[in-house]
Amino acid sequence: MTTRAIRAAGLLPWLLPALLTPRLWAVTPEELLSDPALEHRAREISQELRCVVCQNQTIDDSDAPLARDLRLLVRERLAAGDSDREVIDYVVERYGNFVLLKPPLQTNTLLLWVGPLACLAIGIAGYGVYLRTRRREEVAPLTLAEEARLAEILDLDRARVQPAPAREISQQTGADTRKTDP
Amino acid sequence: MNRLLAAVPVIGLLGLAAMLGVGLTQDPQKLPSTLIGQTVPPFDLPPIAPDIPALAHTAFQGQVSLLNVFGSWCTSCLVEHPVLLSLARRGAVPIYGLDWKDEPGAGAAWLARHGNPYTAVGDDASGRVALDLGVTGAPETYVIDAAGIIRHKQIGPITDTVWRETLEPLVTRLRANSS
Repeated sequence: MTTRAIRAAGLLPWLLPALLTPRLWAVTPEELLSDPALEHRAREISQELRCVVCQNQTIDDSDAPLARDLRLLVRERLAAGDSDREVIDYVVERYGNFVLLKPPLQTNTLLLWVGPLACLAIGIAGYGVYLRTRRREEVAPLTLAEEARLAEILDLDRARVQPAPAREISQQTGADTRKTDP
Repeated sequence: MNRLLAAVPVIGLLGLAAMLGVGLTQDPQKLPSTLIGQTVPPFDLPPIAPDIPALAHTAFQGQVSLLNVFGSWCTSCLVEHPVLLSLARRGAVPIYGLDWKDEPGAGAAWLARHGNPYTAVGDDASGRVALDLGVTGAPETYVIDAAGIIRHKQIGPITDTVWRETLEPLVTRLRANSS
């Protein structure tokens, strides 16, 4: 176990460069816009759009030819003077909300947005109900008859264990007798 | 009351399982097209070869037709190619081709080798028209009515079954509507 841990730690210097290297993108140099501000906006937009081929990647990450086409389209629209919103709408018009990695809040995505919160609320409510019912059981007061019976049992107990030499033992045997007592 | 409450998580879990189960049966690659019910986006593409007519959006007026997205690089296009050829031979429906992201001459060579089912073919070398159509891969086929409105998108190869069970009834119905 420890030798394995030491060996793993020895690997760390080798892994470090990989961890420190900035993330690599699929964007190739010839795609870049000459205007850095526009290029920055293009990158931001690209990271919000899903590649429809490799569906869990953004078009910024994906090497798929279609993602490249979409990146070029985003840049083309930006260069033509579109706002960020307009560019995204342009793509959504053609590929649907599916391309948005952050889907908009609307009736058919309501469950998606509210679901986790609803689960949390149900969980908290359930725990609350559990706590309340448990406490109620704990504090339920004894009836008079029960009090009387309890006192009777305790007296009986005390009388029986009195002759025992040590207090610790008396408590133990007390517990035992209580169980066996009819 | 308590017993009813205890059943709530079980029912919730079963509901979730059912929902996810249904989700598993669906192919995430098959995106519903947002262009259904809309007119074909305007485009005017060059031909892929001098002897094959070029394609523009105006071709889709006045008749029910298919627009088939293909490429010489696309292996599953070969699967549907015999079906398209047979449809063209029978004169079942005019088929227009969109040669998607092909090297110059590659599409024409591919058609010369395998046969040409297309009435006209547009050379979409940059893939720009395909983006406007919301193409996600090849082959994809759009059924377009006589008014030039996209009515259906077939994702994946057209097999005999797909034609017989989905596309042919639709084409027949669209023809009946337009006449």
